Amino acid sequence: MSGGVDSAVAAARAVDAGYDVTGVHLALARNPQTYRSGARGCCTLEDARDARRAADVIGIPFYVWDLADRFHEDVVDDFVAEYAAGRTPNPCVRCNEKIKFAAVLDRAMALGFDAVVTGHHARLDGQGRLRRSVDAGKDQSYVLAVLTAEQLRHSMFPLGDTTKAGVREEAARRGLAVADKPDSHDICFIADGDTQGWLRERLGSAPGEIVDAATGEVLGQHDGAYGFTVGQRKGLRIDRPAPDGRPRYVLSITPVSNTVTVGPAEALEVSTVYGQRPLWTGEPRVRAEIQLRAHGEVIPASVTASADGLVAALDRPVRGVAAGQAMVAYQPDPDGDIVLGSATISHAERLATAA
Amino acid sequence: MAYLDHAATTPMLPQAVEAYVSAAAEVGNASSLHAAGRCARRKVEESRELIAAVLGARPSEVIFTGGGTESDNLAVKGIFWARRSADPARTRVIASSVEHHAVLDSVQWLEAHEGATVSWLPVDADGRVRVDALRAELDAHADEVALISVMWANNEVGTLQPVTELTALAAEYGIPYHSDAIQAVGQVPIDFAGSGVAALTVTGHKLGGPVGMGALLLGRDVAATPLLHGGGQERDVRSGTLDVPGIVAFATAMETSVKAQPEYALRVGALRDDLVNRVLEAVPDAIFNGHPTERLAGNAHFSFPGCEGDALLLLLDAAGIACSTGSACSAGVAQPSHVLLAMCADDDRARSSLRFSLGHTSTKADIDELVAALPGAVERARRAGMNRPGAR
Repeated sequence: MSGGVDSAVAAARAVDAGYDVTGVHLALARNPQTYRSGARGCCTLEDARDARRAADVIGIPFYVWDLADRFHEDVVDDFVAEYAAGRTPNPCVRCNEKIKFAAVLDRAMALGFDAVVTGHHARLDGQGRLRRSVDAGKDQSYVLAVLTAEQLRHSMFPLGDTTKAGVREEAARRGLAVADKPDSHDICFIADGDTQGWLRERLGSAPGEIVDAATGEVLGQHDGAYGFTVGQRKGLRIDRPAPDGRPRYVLSITPVSNTVTVGPAEALEVSTVYGQRPLWTGEPRVRAEIQLRAHGEVIPASVTASADGLVAALDRPVRGVAAGQAMVAYQPDPDGDIVLGSATISHAERLATAA
Repeated sequence: MAYLDHAATTPMLPQAVEAYVSAAAEVGNASSLHAAGRCARRKVEESRELIAAVLGARPSEVIFTGGGTESDNLAVKGIFWARRSADPARTRVIASSVEHHAVLDSVQWLEAHEGATVSWLPVDADGRVRVDALRAELDAHADEVALISVMWANNEVGTLQPVTELTALAAEYGIPYHSDAIQAVGQVPIDFAGSGVAALTVTGHKLGGPVGMGALLLGRDVAATPLLHGGGQERDVRSGTLDVPGIVAFATAMETSVKAQPEYALRVGALRDDLVNRVLEAVPDAIFNGHPTERLAGNAHFSFPGCEGDALLLLLDAAGIACSTGSACSAGVAQPSHVLLAMCADDDRARSSLRFSLGHTSTKADIDELVAALPGAVERARRAGMNRPGAR
């Protein structure tokens, strides 16, 4: 129970469904003051109080579990290491994979519980398949797609059949004070939302060159390649315009040479995406819809799955595919698109080279 | 349900509830001059005399406060400030390393904000303050010491401190000695005048009185700078309108529990011994913490190797048994107990600890319930393992 509206309503629904429910708030910050304060974080004193109050109202026991060290090792350190390696990680995916549905689930099972219930907006059908929420805008199946069948077997997502607005109404009806609490969006462990500044504090300044993809010409300097994400346009601080006057984008990041390569928008377009560490439930070769970032667009594709990877041949090119993000394959379905599998994006093949 | 957390708070005695309700029905500010005020004042003063009488103090030495934490703060900060203003060289505080946070954090605050120097007194493996350590500190720094603060009995592991030896040393050097006796009153005999302590913290809700009602017994000749300024109601050391029903109920509970103490110590001590024996039978590798004999009658404190105290508490709670990890919380996150760490326990032993505390309503049935639930809880908690860095 994060202290937000979703987990509070999820807990209440689990109680209504007849389960013996215990509320758990995860203390994830080694020093609670360093994480985001106020209503938007997931690990502050105020949030712990809100969660405890919700548990009181629902009438369930409530405990705080200190998982700060595990969270730091598995999520925060991983986040830093991924950026240092030139990739763009999704810490929420990692937290679900390693903390909520691993460390927490393991501990809960050992203590005699049967499942972890969360307020994620997603559905689990009768066959244990993960599906999108009815609320397309709030759907979180993307950050859950990394869960194995075994993890899903011990998971419950009671909110998947309800829109966020519906959840808020229900919270108000149930007398839960968190009904109007703002949604959390940003990365919970970066207090001010300044990811680049936060990374700079940890990785230090590492000046390097910004290079034109087509000509190899050095266009400028940067303070650290980790500050850039593929597809990024702002903050390049290149003083010369491109010869054709069009904006430049980050095309790739090469940690070994500490180089950021830039080029025109069309050079960002990719048509084939490769993923590693696959998790796959479908046929080895299928037509599916591919999602390449949280709340990103979906692209029809032909997907080939093997033991060591997923390859998605996209029907149309997309821009700005960043290594480190998850690629998730869905089978469209009127009862909620079904997650066929996921993988971590390792690289993508460009449709056009910068010419 | 088995309530085994009397050291956290114990049920109010029926006669204290009665005294509270009857006083709460009447109007009157004890500082008012009219008849209603005089009537309220009379109840306050009778209560003060009652408390003074059962604790061996003079009525004027009883300062009512809003509870134990306030009394500890007033004693530590108030005496420190008064001593330092009388003699600017006196900036050292000597305190035991196993104090409750109300003393511990007050001392640390003086260190951080008032330029105090602190000598933390070590304890032995049973949690008893080392008398030789106090002697060494006084031999070295007596001229700089503002006060000594060592609790009467430890709130976590229940160990009684060697008050007589410690106060004798304090007297030898003429240094005021404060003792937090929150857990001790009603559990062991306490004689304020005879003990040689300059200040004694007591509170209502650990002995069958109301929460939010405490007192500092402050020797007549001991100066303390106030924390709360205002009407000067309590000897000009503590301001605030007196809580008449709270005071009356507090005094009733105090009188009842102190007078019942010898019988209580026998009955509850026997129950506690039974609890300890049966817990050690049920979980043979459990470690019984604290002094084997010099301890509070109601306290039983264990470490359960391989278990997270938190996990055990959750499981026992689900089985209807209320106990405590006895450790400090911030955002509800358990920290390894500073008391056990001071007793040279390792981090795991500190984290795996649990306190069962008995009180005036405890019966054998409570222990039966605990012993029935404990082995299963320990087994599950062990399966869940220790939650620490690198532990997988």
